[in-house]
Amino acid sequence: MIIVEGLHKKFGRNSVLQGIDLKIEKPGIYAILGPNGSGKTTVIKTILGMVLPSAGSIEVLGENISKKWRYRKELNYLPQIANFPGNLIVGELFNMIKDLRRMPSDEEHLIELFGLQPFLNSKLANLSGGTKQKVNIVIALMFNGQLLILDEPTTGLDPASLIELKKLIKEEKAKGKVILITTHIMDFVEEMADEIVYLLEGKIYFQGTIKDLTERTQQSDFQHAIAEISTTQHA
Amino acid sequence: MLKILKYSFYDLVRSRWSYVYLLFYLALGFTLLFLNNDLSKAVITLMNIIIVLVPLIGTIFGVMYYYNSREFTELLIAQPIKRSSIFLGQYLGVAGSLSLSLVLGLGIPFILYGLFKSAAIWDFVLLLYTGAFLTFIFTALSLNIAIYNENRIKGFGYAILMWLFFAVLYDGIFLLSLIIFEDYPLDTFSLTATLLNPIDLSRTLILLKLDISALLGYTGAVFKSFFGTYLGFGISLMMLVVWTLIPVSTYLRKARKKDF
Repeated sequence: MIIVEGLHKKFGRNSVLQGIDLKIEKPGIYAILGPNGSGKTTVIKTILGMVLPSAGSIEVLGENISKKWRYRKELNYLPQIANFPGNLIVGELFNMIKDLRRMPSDEEHLIELFGLQPFLNSKLANLSGGTKQKVNIVIALMFNGQLLILDEPTTGLDPASLIELKKLIKEEKAKGKVILITTHIMDFVEEMADEIVYLLEGKIYFQGTIKDLTERTQQSDFQHAIAEISTTQHA
Repeated sequence: MLKILKYSFYDLVRSRWSYVYLLFYLALGFTLLFLNNDLSKAVITLMNIIIVLVPLIGTIFGVMYYYNSREFTELLIAQPIKRSSIFLGQYLGVAGSLSLSLVLGLGIPFILYGLFKSAAIWDFVLLLYTGAFLTFIFTALSLNIAIYNENRIKGFGYAILMWLFFAVLYDGIFLLSLIIFEDYPLDTFSLTATLLNPIDLSRTLILLKLDISALLGYTGAVFKSFFGTYLGFGISLMMLVVWTLIPVSTYLRKARKKDF
């Protein structure tokens, strides 16, 4: 579904991605991990077409995405920082996104799930960080695209909402979607991810299941394996 | 694109600043008419204010809108929409809502005062026409500055400098060069120099339309012979269009290549 070949990206003199090759063919949950500044968000943004690659090619659903935009109909994205036009109210934002995408959507259910009804008439500028994140999640999950990209989805969520989010992600997975997630919360990865893509200094350092990782690093649990892989050579 | 335009416009029309801007023009229009008691004189005073203030407001709103809507732009870029539609829509939203404030704010008092029965109607229309163009031109110029500068403070600084250059410095340099090269024929030079600054161009257009070019002496005569003809007038109006299209196209080109 996603094929990335020889992806390089430089921001000025700063080389962020140095030859990423990534193939994601089966549906499932893929966790993109790596230390701060390893290029996780940049990889995601190049797939979305928000960042333009310096070199390399990206195919999404069998189509090279360079200079295209229609493929994004199948793509739903949760950005890391949620900020919206302050003069809009929450309900208007949902309607606007629906109007822009013109696809069947299921926001009623999500609004109820996250308890957003009381905020539907509030201005976006007056929402708390966690509530904004919930709005953000609703926007990302209300459409039924084949690809779901979540950049730090757990930021600012309370425990109850986190449980709902996990449930939702599992439901999406059951529909046969490809889900890419970046996060720093290892419990979340361990519970949710089918496969891990570990980035380090702009390269893919490891790709495989959690089991592969623990076997390769000879560690008993996942958290130690991740700590191990970022300090020693295993790739 | 129309959808983006609709939402940017909607977002701006409801912001406090648009009302302040509209109220300012309403107050200005009513005060001038009350004090002057004469439509054509009010048009001249208005011109002096509009020619400086409209570019400034366009510049500030353009930069402010770009930086304030950055995250929202990112949200839109991740949607299945063409990039150029997003940026063109936002631009038209900002410039459109500012122009609307201008046209409504000045139009209402003048119409109430009996504009349609007055001979000054075409002067007034020209004033609004150039005012609207100045809004579109300076919004586009300032958006260019904003998209090239990630740093807000720098962006604001450059934008204000740009306005200062066109509104004040340009005239100073222009006058200085006229004095320095006074021994040479300067007709073509001063005509070209005027066409190359949208603010000067607008001012000259309105002054000549108001038939007070006698005040401008010899240069006035030269200008009159150019701008006074249909051809000259047409060229000047076209120059305002060119002044809009060039910054819009550089803005869209940069937007297509930019990383978000």
